[in-house]
Amino acid sequence: MSQSTHAEKVGVSIRSATKMYGAFCALDHVDLEVKAGEFVSILGPSGSGKTTFLGILGGFVQPTSGAILLGERDITLEPPHKRDIGIVFQNYALFPHMNVAENVTFPLRARRIPKSGWPAKLKAALEMVELTGYGNRKIHELSGGQRQRVALARAMIFEPRLILMDEPLSALDKQLRESMQIELKHLHRKLDATIIYVTHDQREALTMSDRIAVMRKGQIVQIDTPEQLHDNPVDSFVAGFIGEATLVPVQRVDEHSVTLAGTRLVSSKPVPNTIHLFLVVQSEKITVAADGDTSGPNLLTGIVHETLYQGESIRIFLDLPGGERISVRVPSNHTGRTLMKHPGDRITVRLHPDDTVVVPQAS
Amino acid sequence: MAISSAVDPSVLHERREQRLILMLLAPALLVVIGLLIVPLCWLAWQSFRQDGGFTLAHYARFVSDDVYWRTFLQTFRIAFVVTVATLLLAYPVAYVAASASRRMSILILAMVILPFWTSVLVRSYAWLILLQRRGLVNSALDGMGLIDQPLILVNNELGTVIATTHILLPFMVLPLYAAMQKIPADLMMAGSSLGGSPAHVFWRVFLPLSLPGVLAGTVLVFVLALGFYITPELLGGGRTYMVSMLVSRNIELYSEWGAASSISVVLLLCVFGIFRLASMIIPFERIMGAR
Ligand SMILES: Nc1ncnc2c1ncn2[C@@H]1O[C@H](COP(=O)(O)OP(=O)(O)O)[C@@H](O)[C@H]1O
Ligand SMILES: [Mg+2]
Repeated sequence: MSQSTHAEKVGVSIRSATKMYGAFCALDHVDLEVKAGEFVSILGPSGSGKTTFLGILGGFVQPTSGAILLGERDITLEPPHKRDIGIVFQNYALFPHMNVAENVTFPLRARRIPKSGWPAKLKAALEMVELTGYGNRKIHELSGGQRQRVALARAMIFEPRLILMDEPLSALDKQLRESMQIELKHLHRKLDATIIYVTHDQREALTMSDRIAVMRKGQIVQIDTPEQLHDNPVDSFVAGFIGEATLVPVQRVDEHSVTLAGTRLVSSKPVPNTIHLFLVVQSEKITVAADGDTSGPNLLTGIVHETLYQGESIRIFLDLPGGERISVRVPSNHTGRTLMKHPGDRITVRLHPDDTVVVPQAS
Repeated sequence: MAISSAVDPSVLHERREQRLILMLLAPALLVVIGLLIVPLCWLAWQSFRQDGGFTLAHYARFVSDDVYWRTFLQTFRIAFVVTVATLLLAYPVAYVAASASRRMSILILAMVILPFWTSVLVRSYAWLILLQRRGLVNSALDGMGLIDQPLILVNNELGTVIATTHILLPFMVLPLYAAMQKIPADLMMAGSSLGGSPAHVFWRVFLPLSLPGVLAGTVLVFVLALGFYITPELLGGGRTYMVSMLVSRNIELYSEWGAASSISVVLLLCVFGIFRLASMIIPFERIMGAR
């Protein structure tokens, strides 16, 4: 699209946004600063307040208190049609009585942009989402993925300063979803737009985002880069939500170690000083020790419960002496096969101190 | 061959289901055939009979007798005005009901449907009392000093239109509400987020999507108004002459079954024509709210 997109992109500040439905607090003093051009995901389970949050940004939900700033401009009290925010809705919200071109040019008509400028913009928008030549199609003639892209083109054609997306890929099948994730990522780079993206799919958030805000019960519990979120979750809720983690209760020994079923584990990160602690066991971060190899710290021994062949890797579930069940992944190649165990076998796994993450229980 | 003798169990199942559906439909079908189709055929046959022989005289009157076509003209005019009036009154009501909270919309719809529980006769008399020379409306207007002498609101076409509009209002509100309720709320949100002012979103999104309801209500009210009898009889004061009254006069005063039948047949054909036209715009199932 035109150069003006670059000039217009702005950051967003959400300051202490709160939304009460009667006595129920759907959004509880949420603060979020999104930099211009950033791709931020709002990740949280269903009912955590994600749609309410987007509603407040879009202007459909009036916050009980708090302020929303788009760049320098306070838009808290602006009606939706004056906000200049492009929104892709959860189920696309395409107008069924209009064809693709009419849908995509709706924002131009609404903004009274002279018709002479439409064809070029329409062409560029359809090109961007790879729907060139689909202008005259009816909406009901399109597949889910195509509808998704029409919604995208419609939300981008007026070069909004901010694009919001509410679980835009949740209705698509897995394969399409994954290719659309990559396409969206490319589009973000091409448009250089600020994007706030809502999802309940942690993999999707990890794949696409510059930063992720994890929501729970109307609050943002952690906002960090995907790596930080994965490696340093702030509590058991975030740890359990991200990746393929098992949380195992542990006892604190000192600043840098805990005990699990009598085994002392060393962590290179400081252990929080509270009673209820959990070791975050990510299956891709533990390794299987070769038989007889007892060197180094943080060795755990257990009995294999089950093995699952999953194509690119094999997942081994093992029971620790305390009864906790954790899992470990080995690659399905030669190395993996030599480490392979069968149900009932003893198995020893190793956790590097850098990967030994201990979190407090979420409040 | 073994294969050809075996019947696909799903086909059997389907046949059993069809038989069941037919059995469930049978009572209704018998009632419709016995009480509607047969009398209609008899009616049509009557309209071509006079003194025990075939005749086209009853239909010739539509051309020769100007009372006939004037009555049809007035009937269509009243039906048209009533339809426009109900549409204008019902659209905002249905809009509010469709966009209000659940409890509020139930309340509104209950108030719309409530008058159904009193008979048309009672409601027509009520309007007679309200609209007469010294009725509530005239006294109120006089009391406020808005008029010097009573308005003639009744015993004319106006009275008929007012009362018929009121009586037929639910038949406009309900299809409109049904259509509006099906419009997803996020289409309006999308419209405004894309820069459409409330008026723009209404014209470009809401109104077009509510058109099936408009058409359904329009057809329903128009057709019902064409056949109205009690209300124009009571409020028309003899100056309003509708098709139904022409039928009744022919039988009550002249025992002219042939003439009455021909009028009914022509009116019925008009109604069929209207449905046909409407279904050319929107499929019939959608008008009746099935989809
Ligand atoms: N209009 C409303 N009235 C009352 N409660 C609501 C309303 N909208 C949302 N909620 C409640 O707020 C909470 C958050 O909802 P929502 O933002 O839709 O969550 P999410 O999109 O994360 O699934 C839910 O518990 C929901 O029941
Ligand atoms: Mg949601």
